[in-house]
Amino acid sequence: MEIVRSQRKTSDSAAAAPTISLYRSAPNIEVRLDDFELFAIDRLRVLKGISDGLSRGKKPEEMEKLVSELWRTNMRLQEQSETMEKDVISHFVLRLVYCRTFFVFSEDQRKWFLSMETALFRYRFRFESPDSQNVKDKLNQVARSIGQPVVNADAIFFKVPFEEVAELVSNRRVFLFKGYAYVAMNQVVSLVATQFRSLLSKALVLTNRKWTSTIREQEKDRLTPIVEALSTSYLGPDYSQAKEFGEVSLKDIEQLANSSFPLCMRHLFEKLREEHHLKHGGRMQLGLFLKVGSERFDKEYAYSIRHNYGKEGKRTDYTPYSCQKIISSTPGVGDHHGCPYRHFSEENLRAALGKMGVGGRTMDDVMDKVRNRHYQLACTLTFESIHASSCDAGINHPNQYFTDSQKVLKTKVTIFKLLDI
Amino acid sequence: MLIDGHEPVQQQVSTIPKGFNPDHLKVYYGKLFPHADIFKWMSYGNDGKHPGCDLSYFGRREFSFTLENDIYLRFQSFNSATELEHAIREKCPFKIDIGPVYSVDPAKRHAYAQGGDNVFTPMERELIFDIDMSDYDDVRYCCSGADVCLDCWPLMTVAIKVMDRALRDDFGFDHILWVYSGRRGVHCWVCDRRARRLTNEQRAAVADYFRVYKGSENNAKKVSLTGPVLHPFLARSYTDVLEVFFEKKLLCGQQLFSTQEKYEKILAIIPDESTAAELHDRWQGNRRSSIPKGDPNIVRWEQLKHTLQSGKHKGQGLRRCIEEIVFSYTYPRLDMEVSKHMNHLLKAPFCVHPKTGRVCVPIDPDHCEDFDPTAVPALSEVSSLKTVET
Ligand SMILES: [Zn+2]
Repeated sequence: MEIVRSQRKTSDSAAAAPTISLYRSAPNIEVRLDDFELFAIDRLRVLKGISDGLSRGKKPEEMEKLVSELWRTNMRLQEQSETMEKDVISHFVLRLVYCRTFFVFSEDQRKWFLSMETALFRYRFRFESPDSQNVKDKLNQVARSIGQPVVNADAIFFKVPFEEVAELVSNRRVFLFKGYAYVAMNQVVSLVATQFRSLLSKALVLTNRKWTSTIREQEKDRLTPIVEALSTSYLGPDYSQAKEFGEVSLKDIEQLANSSFPLCMRHLFEKLREEHHLKHGGRMQLGLFLKVGSERFDKEYAYSIRHNYGKEGKRTDYTPYSCQKIISSTPGVGDHHGCPYRHFSEENLRAALGKMGVGGRTMDDVMDKVRNRHYQLACTLTFESIHASSCDAGINHPNQYFTDSQKVLKTKVTIFKLLDI
Repeated sequence: MLIDGHEPVQQQVSTIPKGFNPDHLKVYYGKLFPHADIFKWMSYGNDGKHPGCDLSYFGRREFSFTLENDIYLRFQSFNSATELEHAIREKCPFKIDIGPVYSVDPAKRHAYAQGGDNVFTPMERELIFDIDMSDYDDVRYCCSGADVCLDCWPLMTVAIKVMDRALRDDFGFDHILWVYSGRRGVHCWVCDRRARRLTNEQRAAVADYFRVYKGSENNAKKVSLTGPVLHPFLARSYTDVLEVFFEKKLLCGQQLFSTQEKYEKILAIIPDESTAAELHDRWQGNRRSSIPKGDPNIVRWEQLKHTLQSGKHKGQGLRRCIEEIVFSYTYPRLDMEVSKHMNHLLKAPFCVHPKTGRVCVPIDPDHCEDFDPTAVPALSEVSSLKTVET
């Protein structure tokens, strides 16, 4: 991809390209520096919108509608060829932004990008592929024309090694037999999306290598500042750099838990105190929130130890879970992690909120948000109620809840060396 | 002492249980532990005897030892059966865990940490499953926590049957090892080359394929079966294993309907309140008036089924509910995290459980109903074979 300061010139071949790209190679298009940034921001708006929709638990039909709207408002330009260029350019710029795992960005954010790009691809594949009834009719016509019996197009299926359709395996949407998955025609999008994801994942590794070895230095006066700004501007504060709970004693944490922990962490901490043990999901969610390494967590906060959870790699890579991640987790039997607003039964949630001092009108408002699957708004209302203070930005991250709470309570945050944003 | 950033954790109570004795363990490692077989297994043909084999393979496998004072040594690696045997005999670990095969020798990983392309990362690992009886505490009344008896152990038998069949028939795996965990559960090692090469995402997909539990501790309904019919795998598990086991074994073995508290738990799974209330009233009345003939557990289960299937309560929702009850009480409960990540450690077969002193012996899935955890040889018995000289 060539980047120039002058006006953008459309390359000739773009008009003939298909409307949905697999982004196999960087386009040979000249891009104005302004567009370089603006396009990327527009695409981020789309990805962020998808991410919010998913974390609110929107249904597939609702998601399809949402993505189509997001695409139209943020990405569509006058000419189809322009839209396609914007699509490709913005995608490759974000690759530069999200390929970097070692410095500002954590593995989680790279995964977020991968997932959101794949989701976007999947929805676009659906609404931009030709009308399937039409294809069925034409296929039947073809069959008849060559003297073959008319087949029911729904009965067409593919046989692939199960590894290639992991996602369909995970929700049992294929028939498995002896290591092969039999995929119905209407599930094919998942096959393609899986390929897409794995190609993109590999490409990000390569881009990262290129970025660190050459681009960053070469472009230090031009692209590098833009890319770096993009990485911080749009996603809120980066909690991966937060400091540890330092020398805070267990007793202090207990106090903090009562005053400033969001319900999800309060609940985990309570269970930990009660049972002296949390299962893996809970340990991760709470441990990362507290910014306590897992050994210290075991040693000081839990008394029973399962050494099996050995994780190699830099522990500092672990970023505290965001609300989105917590909401989309899937706690199982014996688990206490997850988002109480989403994962508790109504009865248990009411009880837990009652313990936090939420009641009356607010309780009803919170439950109302929960029923409409606005879990983060429910948490925000809870915050506002118990702090008697507004929280205009809304709650997006448990650590943000904590800092905001501490700000309100005007406690000396510095003592705790905690999360100075 | 600090090893690899893991501070050794002091055991609060340092008493060594009866069935377990470090001296016996020495004898066991010296005379009985199958070092050579473990080496042969973990080499997968990369043992120098086959053409084109990768001689570095076994040496890139992580072993970790838990020593007597809970000192935890991770990233141990060995280049031969002899090295492995010497280390085990010398250190006499209370527990041996096996990790993945890494890109480079895990003992030398720091030398590669400086960057470059030769990153320290897991390359291969058996697909593993860990099923622990303590996850079944809400459906067994005979024991809880770490205890098991012959009334609850069949839950593990069912898990083995369901999983083993699906791993073979659905996923096409052949090399599957089931091992008693030494106390209250079972481990499964799927060793096919294809299984060892699964990515974390693919492992998660396999684990999720087996997942039917949606609720957490904070939600009464634990199993959620949706759709007009069950997936072929679930349907087969239900008709071939779960249903029979529930009715023939669990129902009376655990006395699932014998007390109000117990049957209320089952009734809570029924989404239709009036149906649940109807049954509840009937069973409460039972106490005073007519005592039904036969075992109350069987009678009540039949009544429940009959009520849910009767024409009065239309809709598959309620009929599906019978399946949901059976699944809730019998379907395997996996520790999902263990299966999802390549770099998860799992206790080696033939270890001795430090609490019970029992040997982690393999279980034959074709005859798993004959396996008796209370009859597994313990260290004290094994070493009383009086093998002298160490
Ligand atoms: Zn028992």
